[in-house]
Amino acid sequence: MIGLISYLIFFTTVAAILSIAVLGLNLQWGNSGLFNGGVVAFFGAGAYGTLILGGTAQSAHLGGFELFYPLALIGGMMCAGLMAWVVGKLTIRLRHDYLAIATFGVAVAFENLMRNAEGLSGGAQGLRGFERPLHAWLGDGFTYNAIFLVFVLILLIATYRFLELLIRSPYGRLLRAIREDETAAQSLGKDPAKIRLASLIIGSVIMGLSGGLYATFYAFISPQDILPILTFQIWAMLIVGGAGNNKGAVAGAFLIWAAWTASGWGLSRFAPLEMQLYTGSIQFILIGLVIVGMLLWRPQGLFPEKLVISQSGRAKHVKNRE
Amino acid sequence: MIQHLVDGILVGSILSLGAIGLTMAMHMLRFANFSHAELLSIGAYCALVFDGVFKAVYTPLGDVIGPLSLTWALSLAIVISMAITGGSAILIDRLVFARVRAKGGELSMVFASFGVAMIIRNVLGLTFGLKVQLYSQDIVFAMVLSRDPFLLVKPDQIFSLVAALIIMFAFHLVLSRTTFGYSLRAVAENPQLAQVSGINLNRMITLIWIIGGGLAAAAGVFYGLTNQINPVLGRDLLLPIFAATIVGGIGSIYGAALGGFLVGIASNLALLILPSGYSPAMPFLIILAVLIIRPTGLFGEERQ
Amino acid sequence: MSDIAIEARNIVAGYVPELPILKRVSMQAETAKVTVIIGPNGAGKSTLIKAIAGLVKVTSGQVLLKGEDVTNPRPDQMGGYGLAYVPQSDNIFRSLTIRQNLDLLLRNAGAERSSRLNALFEQFPPLADKQHQKAGSLSGGQRQFLAVAMALAVNPSVILMDEPSAGLSPKAAQEVLEHARQLTAQGVSIILVEQNVKQALRLADHCYILADGRNQIDGPAEDLLGDPVVAQIYLGGKRVAAP
Repeated sequence: MIGLISYLIFFTTVAAILSIAVLGLNLQWGNSGLFNGGVVAFFGAGAYGTLILGGTAQSAHLGGFELFYPLALIGGMMCAGLMAWVVGKLTIRLRHDYLAIATFGVAVAFENLMRNAEGLSGGAQGLRGFERPLHAWLGDGFTYNAIFLVFVLILLIATYRFLELLIRSPYGRLLRAIREDETAAQSLGKDPAKIRLASLIIGSVIMGLSGGLYATFYAFISPQDILPILTFQIWAMLIVGGAGNNKGAVAGAFLIWAAWTASGWGLSRFAPLEMQLYTGSIQFILIGLVIVGMLLWRPQGLFPEKLVISQSGRAKHVKNRE
Repeated sequence: MIQHLVDGILVGSILSLGAIGLTMAMHMLRFANFSHAELLSIGAYCALVFDGVFKAVYTPLGDVIGPLSLTWALSLAIVISMAITGGSAILIDRLVFARVRAKGGELSMVFASFGVAMIIRNVLGLTFGLKVQLYSQDIVFAMVLSRDPFLLVKPDQIFSLVAALIIMFAFHLVLSRTTFGYSLRAVAENPQLAQVSGINLNRMITLIWIIGGGLAAAAGVFYGLTNQINPVLGRDLLLPIFAATIVGGIGSIYGAALGGFLVGIASNLALLILPSGYSPAMPFLIILAVLIIRPTGLFGEERQ
Repeated sequence: MSDIAIEARNIVAGYVPELPILKRVSMQAETAKVTVIIGPNGAGKSTLIKAIAGLVKVTSGQVLLKGEDVTNPRPDQMGGYGLAYVPQSDNIFRSLTIRQNLDLLLRNAGAERSSRLNALFEQFPPLADKQHQKAGSLSGGQRQFLAVAMALAVNPSVILMDEPSAGLSPKAAQEVLEHARQLTAQGVSIILVEQNVKQALRLADHCYILADGRNQIDGPAEDLLGDPVVAQIYLGGKRVAAP
């Protein structure tokens, strides 16, 4: 029983952490129409940033600043924001293809850098030497994980509330206006590029938060944690949940993460031995089919109605868009 | 130095072939097609299959041509592979992209292309195995072209470069001498005017997929011939090919051809100062450099 | 009004169905005559000829070409009906040479190709001299001539021209418009959208004035030229139309 509860805590923690990243993506894609092909880079920047800033002194690589944990986490988020600023600054005024390619490129380059720059990131071995906050008081066991889950859930709710407020603010309306009709928004005297850049950065900072929490949870990060598949998983979560809808985004995250872990477990348990090597390929095909299938048959996601009910003031607007 | 430059040119010719098709489709359909590089994988595996088939059907076809490891069977297989890959590109368009396009939304197309890429890559992995394969098990020694500076080149590399240049030159003749070529350029420049000039855009989309798929297949086979074949071949070449289109300016066919060589050369020259582990990140640095210096690329036009 | 080349009946059209730009417009163009459409900005002049060409969807109404219903043609099949459309700007392929632009339009002409090319060059001698230059290097007036030559390449019975004089010097504008007039001698009917009202009325046979997506006034061009109301609105005095 305690084993099951432990597992549920573990599962919920990871799903909640990923939900935060999906919320960040929803701001970029769902509300601003910005295509981020390298979610994992911003997630990774947050993760590496947090561990480097908050970790204990290391001989082999950078780190050991032993910053107070919240500062380390914020530092990681700023790393993600900074990276988004550079990429966005260069591409946001160009055709949307450029942002898609550049963000995809930044993810490839980031993973490559982390894998090779041993002095910075510990290389392929990953980054260790991080003391989980309050570790001395709470130990390593069940209690710690339960309290960490509460902490993650509080941050998830805070992120959710923040985004809901942001979307309803004049800035949020402006974002949607630009998404609908850039020229019209421009004629109002607003610079769409600046507003979209801000959205890209805020979304990426939120992904950085997600990465920082992920690294904190495992007290470890390595290039294996920031492979491109994570970007696809996070997309699938948003597409399944319904782009533009924060509740749907969180629901999509839990659903896809459950499906992913269940399919992984099922394949490793029931697939014949000679197929074991290929379980990853099968899971990737499934994720690919989810993305393509949703776009073809249910582009509005599984939970679009929720949006209309929960935000009745905007119901008409939403219908028009679909 | 010279060795890096020559290697860069050899890789560059492969990137050029891939980038030409990508830039055409990207420009005409207005989306970054992340599944384009998978066409190289399809081409490489398709040629592998037909190479085997031809050898089995008529053994003398298994003889190598001159100093190459290339067999007569594989040369025939390249042609078949170009046709089949072109057909696959159309099929993918009909099954996925055309339907997503009809619903509107260029960005959904980008998502869809990622999904398609994942499906193709992993289906190839399941079908052919994750292990590395080669067209020929024979060891072909590299020729020492010069001792000072030291320069090693494999005959297969020279064949690939020459064949790629011939294919590109043939395509250049089509573009500059035939009314079909004019209509390709017309569509790239101004689709609406092309349409009122009597050009059927849907037919052009089909033709662009055939050409893009065919060129990608050739690139995939040349890559397999000079390196190796594996299911992540497309994934590894995706970013360099995108970099080539950005260097040339999205939509410019000649820019993509030149961009391929520039990316190939720059990536290889960079290995003079950077450890080789960093080479996958090089195309991204090139993209950044182009975006800083000249976002429209060499031949691109200013457009949002 | 016996010999009607093309007729539009009660056209409702727009880019999105909920917001028609043309709310109900009818017009007729006589064979081998110049019909000009004028009106203030946003009246739907350009939209009307785009709708006839199949570039804007007609949601209700009919387009009849010599009595045959050609409503909503596929733009690439327009030439087959004997209809040609010259856009206002970007109406030539700048990256192709002049010769290639024309060859592209003549690609289905078969054996007649070289004779028709020569005929076009005879009609536009400056283009013949520069045939191997990139079309993008031409001056504004010459670009319009190339665009007209491209339209003529499909042997149309009707040419729709969207503000051919826009952006040209007064002299070039005059040349372009006069040339359009001369085309009627070959039996071609011209429908012209113009902002250059005075010049257009002088060479046109018939004129339609649109406002807010509807017909306002129509009549023989010379009558409208002398009409005090038209004169006040369009020919000096109070300017409603953009320059």
